[in-house]
Amino acid sequence: MSMAHTAPLAMSGAPPRRAGSVRTGDRLWRLFLLAAGCGVFLLTALILIVLARLALPVLHQPGTWAFLTSSDWDPVAESFGALPFVWGTLVTSAVAVVLAFPVGLGVALFITEVAPTWLRRPVTFAIELLSAVPSVVYGLWGLFIVVPWLRETVEPALGAALGFLPLFSGPPLGLGYLAAGLVLAVMVLPTLASVSIEVMRTVPAGLRESAYALGATQWEVVRLAVLPHSRSGLVGALVLGTGRALGETMAVAMLIGNAPSVGTSLFAPGYSLASVIANEFAEAGSDAHVGALAALGLVLFLVTIAFNAAARLLIGRRQP
Amino acid sequence: MDETVRMAVRGLSAFHRGTAVLHNVTLDVRDRSVLAVIGPSGCGKSTFLRCLNRMHELAPGASVTGEILLDGRDIHGPGVDPVALRRRVGMVFQRPNPFPTMSIFENVAAGLRLNRMAGDLDAVVERALRAAALWDEVKDRLRGSPGSLSGGQQQRLCIARALAVEPEVLLMDEPASALDPIASARVEDLVHELKARYTVVIVTHNMQQAARVSDSTAFFYLGRLVEHSPTAELFTNPREERTEEYVTGRFG
Ligand SMILES: Nc1ncnc2c1ncn2[C@@H]1O[C@H](COP(=O)(O)OP(=O)(O)OP(=O)(O)O)[C@@H](O)[C@H]1O
Ligand SMILES: [Mg+2]
Repeated sequence: MSMAHTAPLAMSGAPPRRAGSVRTGDRLWRLFLLAAGCGVFLLTALILIVLARLALPVLHQPGTWAFLTSSDWDPVAESFGALPFVWGTLVTSAVAVVLAFPVGLGVALFITEVAPTWLRRPVTFAIELLSAVPSVVYGLWGLFIVVPWLRETVEPALGAALGFLPLFSGPPLGLGYLAAGLVLAVMVLPTLASVSIEVMRTVPAGLRESAYALGATQWEVVRLAVLPHSRSGLVGALVLGTGRALGETMAVAMLIGNAPSVGTSLFAPGYSLASVIANEFAEAGSDAHVGALAALGLVLFLVTIAFNAAARLLIGRRQP
Repeated sequence: MDETVRMAVRGLSAFHRGTAVLHNVTLDVRDRSVLAVIGPSGCGKSTFLRCLNRMHELAPGASVTGEILLDGRDIHGPGVDPVALRRRVGMVFQRPNPFPTMSIFENVAAGLRLNRMAGDLDAVVERALRAAALWDEVKDRLRGSPGSLSGGQQQRLCIARALAVEPEVLLMDEPASALDPIASARVEDLVHELKARYTVVIVTHNMQQAARVSDSTAFFYLGRLVEHSPTAELFTNPREERTEEYVTGRFG
């Protein structure tokens, strides 16, 4: 390949010495880029290897499947089950995306289809501002505003109206899956909205216009042209937002209640992968405890990577 | 030929953020005729076309002054809904752009569903596809995706989609310029046939095409209507010198 490329150059009569020096520089440059490119892979691989080595005892002792499906977490008795954390991470992320996706979609449609031009920048800016708020500040906001509100207003009302569903049963505690999921929703909103905006910007003007030209109203243009064309990109935004929510640590640790149990009600306190690692790693006494936490990290890492890769695939696959 | 005026444009000026791109255009479009709009790039042909179905005003900062009468009624008058107007004045664009996730059938039916038009959907779709000279090529794969059609077929599909709602006027903005010569010739033939039932306004860069398909031709230059004459006259014996320079290719 490179031979075929250099051959015509050599024949084009360039002075050989110069060509040689260019090639050396070029080669060094390429080497550097190659190293940088491979470095990223290496780093990822290294993280994986370190986590896997730490986690190995746990994955051997009870076995991976037993570890993932057991809901018993007792570091003192050296009994480790990942289920409460996997469950908590999944439930809070699901709550977050379910709440944030419609809002993000609405914001994106507002900005790309409805808002007058002068309003687009300020709204986009406000959305981006949300992503600049530190996680711990979201946690504080959640503790002081969201949790009391949920405990005193939302959860009793939901319980009264839909309490027959296991999802909305139980005492209104405030701290729990719902609180963590709600704050997470605000945190993933910028991701969902900005990716959706990018996706909708790629809708060809001609497609939008031909819907208008058929006598479509604004909403019908969205239904006929914008949404169908953005479909896979929007699913990508959803998956990317989920990926963000899965790994969020601080705010969730402050709001989920930190109880290693598998609750079926959204009002119940739980625990998440990221927050149990953050809370327990510093004081983990035994190797087994450290290993179990590393195994949780490994699970989280693999799941987030899978989500992000899937999102990239979905967003990148759209035709330009 | 029918001499009644279908659309009358009176002193039309169009603006983009305060900048005039069309200056005081006045012309008549006769019923069941083909009006070709020619002129150098950027002279306002597309803008003119988009004023006729009020698509122009969708662009941010766009505005118009003057009157456009459709069957004697001002299309900017109070109580005229642009959405309803666009059903009566259909449009086909330069690039074929079928709705991507809909089947061929659904694409043609889209306008009917939008406008909640009653009637036998199958029959209307078939009629529109026949009118667009596409029926024989797609009748066995109506449920298939329009993505599997060639560019020329997609363009005819878009024409069928526009025809399905039975517009009174059909606006075509360089409908054949993205197509190969054979597909382009088919669209040209089609325009010829459409004239029997519709009023057509077609923008084209192709002088031969304008000469072949149209009854009258309007030449625009720098946002002004320079000349509007019967096509044969405009091409063989133009009144204005600039028209002659343009149609003979001596334009500088
Ligand atoms: N959205 C817009 N904003 C600002 N100016 C515009 C916009 N659209 C068109 N114009 C300007 O209006 C003028 C007329 O444009 P128009 O598209 O009508 O030209 P045209 O004759 O159709 O050209 P072409 O043959 O290249 O399609 C041009 O000078 C163009 O720069
Ligand atoms: Mg144009």
